[in-house]
Amino acid sequence: MKISHWLRNVILAELFIPITLLILGIYHGLMQTIYRAGLIHQSSFAGLDYYQGLTLHGVINAIVLTTFFAVAFGHATIAYFLKREPRRQASVVSMWLMIIGTALAAWAMLARKADVLYTFYPPLKAHPLFYIGLALLIVGSWIPLFDWVGLLKTWRKEHTEEKVPLAVWGTIINFIIWFVCTLSVAYEVLFMLLPWSLGWKATVNIALARTLFWFFGHALVYFWLLPAYVMYYTFLPKLAGGKLYSDLVGRITFAIFLIFSVPVGVHHQFSDPSIEPNTKLTQSLLTFGVALPSFLTAFTMFATLEYAGRKNGGKGLFGWIGRLPFFDSSRYLFSYFICGLILFIFGGFTGIVNASYELNAVVHNTAFLPGHFHMTVAGPVILAILGMSVFLVSELKGKKVFAPSLNTIVPYLWMIGVFIFSAGLMWGGLEGEPRRTNLGLSYLNPKSELFHPQWVPDTLLTMCGGFIMFLAAVFFFIVFFGTFFRKQTQAADELNFPVSEALHNEKIAPLFNDLRPWVILMVLVILIAYIPAILDVFRYAGPGAPPYLPSSPVPAP
Amino acid sequence: MAINFLGIEVDKYEFRAFLTAVVVMTIFIFSMLYVVGARRSDVPQCVNFDPSYLKPRVEKIDDSTYQVFVVAQMWGYQPSEIRIPVGSTVNFYVTSKDVVHGFMIDQKDINMMAEYGNITKRTVKFKDPGVYTITCHEYCGVGHQNMQGQIIVNFPQAQ
Repeated sequence: MKISHWLRNVILAELFIPITLLILGIYHGLMQTIYRAGLIHQSSFAGLDYYQGLTLHGVINAIVLTTFFAVAFGHATIAYFLKREPRRQASVVSMWLMIIGTALAAWAMLARKADVLYTFYPPLKAHPLFYIGLALLIVGSWIPLFDWVGLLKTWRKEHTEEKVPLAVWGTIINFIIWFVCTLSVAYEVLFMLLPWSLGWKATVNIALARTLFWFFGHALVYFWLLPAYVMYYTFLPKLAGGKLYSDLVGRITFAIFLIFSVPVGVHHQFSDPSIEPNTKLTQSLLTFGVALPSFLTAFTMFATLEYAGRKNGGKGLFGWIGRLPFFDSSRYLFSYFICGLILFIFGGFTGIVNASYELNAVVHNTAFLPGHFHMTVAGPVILAILGMSVFLVSELKGKKVFAPSLNTIVPYLWMIGVFIFSAGLMWGGLEGEPRRTNLGLSYLNPKSELFHPQWVPDTLLTMCGGFIMFLAAVFFFIVFFGTFFRKQTQAADELNFPVSEALHNEKIAPLFNDLRPWVILMVLVILIAYIPAILDVFRYAGPGAPPYLPSSPVPAP
Repeated sequence: MAINFLGIEVDKYEFRAFLTAVVVMTIFIFSMLYVVGARRSDVPQCVNFDPSYLKPRVEKIDDSTYQVFVVAQMWGYQPSEIRIPVGSTVNFYVTSKDVVHGFMIDQKDINMMAEYGNITKRTVKFKDPGVYTITCHEYCGVGHQNMQGQIIVNFPQAQ
């Protein structure tokens, strides 16, 4: 279908800007593995400090890219499936808020005024513009939700006998999760950290700030993931040459995410003071609830792929696997999706380790953690984002994909890199290697009295993985920018998703066609899980903390 | 092929997959609860804030029980070296004087966050002699990579 030129421009800008920034984010990803392997014994390299680069790596890759992409892909999905476009002014205002916010935060980070990492835990203090920038980025990403909900209401009035399209069901759910979870971080940033960093407020309650951050921080990972799930449920079956095994399971999956994404954040705080063990145990159990939709998705995806493989002529127990279009450059999205799915199996299981009440004590804040989440956010999430970005640019700008064979091998190379990288990190983590640490200066420096030779092999392995990931990323940038800037050969402003049919297309289940009861349930479960956590924090926490800069143990003026 | 589940027609294989997922999750949850109950493995305990926790010290309660008050600060622990006899049970009370720090004892799975204005507690028994390293595993500023402490377990009588 054809979409308006202005909408096309909004989507393209929301892809081009974060992917350009990603060059910096990925560069420092590679550099961290080099520092950590002890090849560099310096606090900075080529003008970029380790912790400054780590902040950029986290903020760009995990917040800026994912948020811009979710909005851009949301616009495309809503416009395509509801055949209605969002309002122009609202979309443009949302885009500019996100761009200005990103620019402010980027300035603070590049000027070394915000070496606080992407979790910005107080009492480490960043420049006020860092907090304002993040707040603008988040507020900008809220606007489309209200627009889309209005479009969905109109659509439902005109299509009373139809199910809400699965992709729309998933997209709206994702942005409801996002809106609810960012309320707490917006409160933390605007009412606690910003006045405190401006000097208007002397202290900040550390335990409360961390609890508000993680109310947002875990739901954030589902906000990253659900656009990928939308693609898996609605595009992957068609690309594989088959049909989605079940439409209803897709709806159930998204609905469970809506309920359980937020009230599990305390599982990032098992090691924190001032939250009662019982509160932690409750949220640990709820986290197992959020693993359920991913189990269901794993089954549905395998069933879908098997159906497609058999339809393509595959026989026997495993024969269907060979009949899937792994290296078909005209269906390159399949390659991006399948590699993400394979990584996610391991990302999911290691996640269950972290979320387990007592096992967490073995791995908390060790290198095991980045080992785990690079198989999720740098697995299905980033691969879906990268593949879909190439697809949208090629469709909307009417251009053929640049270097199509290279494009097809990018995800495989990336997947191999991530496996090696994560294996190294998790191995190190089990041996007590801390995350977020410039190991090259001390623990991996033979000249330091803190030298820890046990961590040499795993950090070298991690670095090998890092190099492979970096190479895959370079290939990706060639494909993306090559496609973006090549000559137009087809009609532009076109949007044609490879939409799948369902094999089991169940009748309308009213419960799974209306979001309102699910939102009410979501709010109830959040209240049950989080009221005790907040009460604990106020019961046990002592005085608030003054601000500190990363460079000095004396409170900042 | 279809099973009626809560009024919805569900595919047989799908229903089995759903049941499998529920069973697997139930096993996970029960093993977690079993370890909490039977093995007394636990997360840090909550302690009400009091300024006396900000005074770093090692206190002997009886021959085999000690309490250690650790203050984490940029970029070290006070006390930086803790000496206790073999076989002691130690209660660690940990807090921070400035930013957030980590407190991880190797080989012991003691893993706590030290936060300004908050006290956290865990109990450990040191059965074997040796030097146990405490590592800060939360980014705490430019000196983070140098922040370690030691627990020396071989002294028949501490201090």
